[in-house]
Amino acid sequence: MNADFMFYLFATLSVACGVGVVFNRNTINAALCFLLSLVGLAGLFVLLEAYLLAVLVVFVYAGAVVAMFLFIVMLLDLQGGKRPPFTTATSVASAVAAALIALGLLSFHTHGRLATELPAGPGVGATLKGYAYQLFTTYLLPVQVVGFLLLIAMLGVIVLSKRLDPKEVRP
Amino acid sequence: MNIGLDHYIFLSALLFALGFFGVLLRKNTLVIYMCLELMLTAATLALVAFSRYNGTLDGNVFVFFILTVAAAEVAVGLAIIVALFRQRQTVQVDELNALKH
Repeated sequence: MNADFMFYLFATLSVACGVGVVFNRNTINAALCFLLSLVGLAGLFVLLEAYLLAVLVVFVYAGAVVAMFLFIVMLLDLQGGKRPPFTTATSVASAVAAALIALGLLSFHTHGRLATELPAGPGVGATLKGYAYQLFTTYLLPVQVVGFLLLIAMLGVIVLSKRLDPKEVRP
Repeated sequence: MNIGLDHYIFLSALLFALGFFGVLLRKNTLVIYMCLELMLTAATLALVAFSRYNGTLDGNVFVFFILTVAAAEVAVGLAIIVALFRQRQTVQVDELNALKH
């Protein structure tokens, strides 16, 4: 059970479940595949010694975001409708995009020359103290801005989900 | 064989490509949205890997902000989708063509 094996395990999990998200007919199954893909991603974060981020990905993404997706899918009750067939334009665009992506990945695989050895010592992301120091010194302004962003998002969601006046609603 | 930065970046590119492909292929707005999230998580994986192999913390802190922005974005996006569904009774992008003509 060395680190290489764990890398391939988590990588396979996240990629296979990503394929599941893209190709699953059922929206609920797609959301659950996304959840498993995020679990694989959290495992990769643990291998990269970013323990806090692994926990946060499971809490924020797998806990909140996927739960919200599932809630909306069940609220809108999308299981009844049939899926329209793919049009020619969609198929051609997807095929061209897939070909370009495969070419890019191939060239990356053959020409990629990046560092393979880890820096000495434990990872800097392993301790909480580093995060706290950075967030309260260098990144103090972005923290405030992100707080405002969350407030604005909350207000926006309240306004968007408020029921409109019946006269304004289109028939 | 040792796992290097190459492997992580390749995996990140693969996940991003999957999300991109899904955005182009699928017609359900919710699935498109999930594929967008998949692209975001692929970008976070690249940031964390670069951060680890360069011995700095900035990439990890940036992922912190990406998580926050993604949570806000999902909340607003899903609220928009629900509002759209209330008006049009569909979430298929083919049928949401009010701006087309």
